[in-house]
Amino acid sequence: MSTVDYNRWTGKIAIRRLTTSQAWLYSVLVVLSSATVYGFLVLDTKGVGLIDAATRTIEYFGLMFGSPRGVPSHFGVFNDSTAALFLASFNLVLQTLSLAFLSTLLGGVIALVLGLFGAKNLTGPRTSNAIKGLMALIRAVPTVLWVLIFAIGAGLGAVAAVIGMSFHTIGYLLKAYSESFEEIDEGVIEALRASGASWLHIVSQAVLPSSITQILSWTFLRFEINFAVAVAMGAAAGAGGIGYNMFISAGYFFDIREIGFITYQILVIAILLEVVATRLKKRYRLAS
Amino acid sequence: MNSSTIDMQTPSDFFRYRNVMLRIFLAILIALTLLSAWHTELKVGTFFTALPRVASWIFAHVVPDAAAWSRFPSMLEKLVETIFLSIMATTTAAVTAFLFAIMGSQCTRINGFFAIASRAVASVSRNIPIAAWALIFLVTFGMSAFTGYLALFFASFGFLTRAFIETIDEASDSQVEALRATGASYPHIIAQAVIPASIPQMISWVLYMVETNIRDATLVGLLTGSGIGFLFDLYYKTQQYKSASLVVILLVIVVMTIEFLSNHVRRKIL
Repeated sequence: MSTVDYNRWTGKIAIRRLTTSQAWLYSVLVVLSSATVYGFLVLDTKGVGLIDAATRTIEYFGLMFGSPRGVPSHFGVFNDSTAALFLASFNLVLQTLSLAFLSTLLGGVIALVLGLFGAKNLTGPRTSNAIKGLMALIRAVPTVLWVLIFAIGAGLGAVAAVIGMSFHTIGYLLKAYSESFEEIDEGVIEALRASGASWLHIVSQAVLPSSITQILSWTFLRFEINFAVAVAMGAAAGAGGIGYNMFISAGYFFDIREIGFITYQILVIAILLEVVATRLKKRYRLAS
Repeated sequence: MNSSTIDMQTPSDFFRYRNVMLRIFLAILIALTLLSAWHTELKVGTFFTALPRVASWIFAHVVPDAAAWSRFPSMLEKLVETIFLSIMATTTAAVTAFLFAIMGSQCTRINGFFAIASRAVASVSRNIPIAAWALIFLVTFGMSAFTGYLALFFASFGFLTRAFIETIDEASDSQVEALRATGASYPHIIAQAVIPASIPQMISWVLYMVETNIRDATLVGLLTGSGIGFLFDLYYKTQQYKSASLVVILLVIVVMTIEFLSNHVRRKIL
């Protein structure tokens, strides 16, 4: 915003001068928008007509969300009772929630241990940077690839999914935890250290008690994310649960109304989790 | 944990109370863990055998062989395609999200109905997981790039709308107030107060989204049979692990480069 009115002194035409940050801002905008235009020009449509497919999508959306219906046999139910169908599909949702819970817990425990070593005020900057670098590398690999890599060692299923999903969880929670640890008043740690308390005492009596609410809230935020991830792993990496059923209805049965039936269930759970997460965020002022 | 409800006469009462709470919490955690493990048929033993196996697998396949290098050009092609798809989905979602955020934000909303409607649309869009979006569009758009584009678009749109609403609320409240007081029109307020005050933070979110979308595009590609995800799946299923791991290595390089670039840009603009 430092446009200087040069013509007041020199009589020359005013030239708007960009600050460095404005120049960067405009270049990012130019790069992103030209990439977008170029991307649309070379989009690999594989012969699918946009107008045709879009009209059909709108038509199908009516069926999907207007009259959702699950086929009992797809859920392993062999009678016509609606209650049994809902029970079976809710059971699958619970399975997805379980996967999310287990990977959040595993990731959380590992992140807690690493976080205690990684926080700058508890150990030196070198350990802290080494851990952060390793996490950047782990985060760069998409979760689905971690799960598939672990499936080579553990077979497709819950174990590979939980381990693979815990990787990004560790990265996410480690950052959150170490920031909560670094917020702790330096004086408290100093005082304990001066009184001869060991590292373990400092951690268990000062660090953990004062950051426990933040730690639990952050963990819940990750659980919310992991629910969506668990749906995806069921669909793409054979982890089971409701995601797998959705993959089968969309990829094999082409049952549009069943896709709607499953989507509604996922949506309800996801919105419930988000409501709780938003409250926690507001209450404990967690910055995203 | 309302400490006033319990009688704490001595410090030892406090510690006893804390220990009891801690034990209850741990008991619930363990119960949930066991229940989840049982429900997902988790084979706990496999946990410990899997780790060394995977570690030795990674060491054995991390260096690509000649066959993997011969596929390098096609990998590069799919990778470029994936990068463009992520950028396209993010930018178009960002423009749409901006319009919805203006309607949804407390300080720039037109009326209560549009505010609630735009927030509701964004909430549905964000709470349907990206994998579900991909499968929804798979039925009509098949294995074309549209499927991936639309899945990424809807997930990004929902996320960015919420992020932009927060940004607008935080960044431009006072400026909007000031311009409104001078009698500026609504378009003027948006153009002169809201956009200048919040665009650096919004660009930062967009860059974050591009990064996330490259990873998510891999997932969508795996589900819908397109892009770099499909290529990984192909090599993985035919057990050409050295080619599969070259795909992973290339992805790591791309994601880390983009992360580095966007951190650099973020430091310059914020």
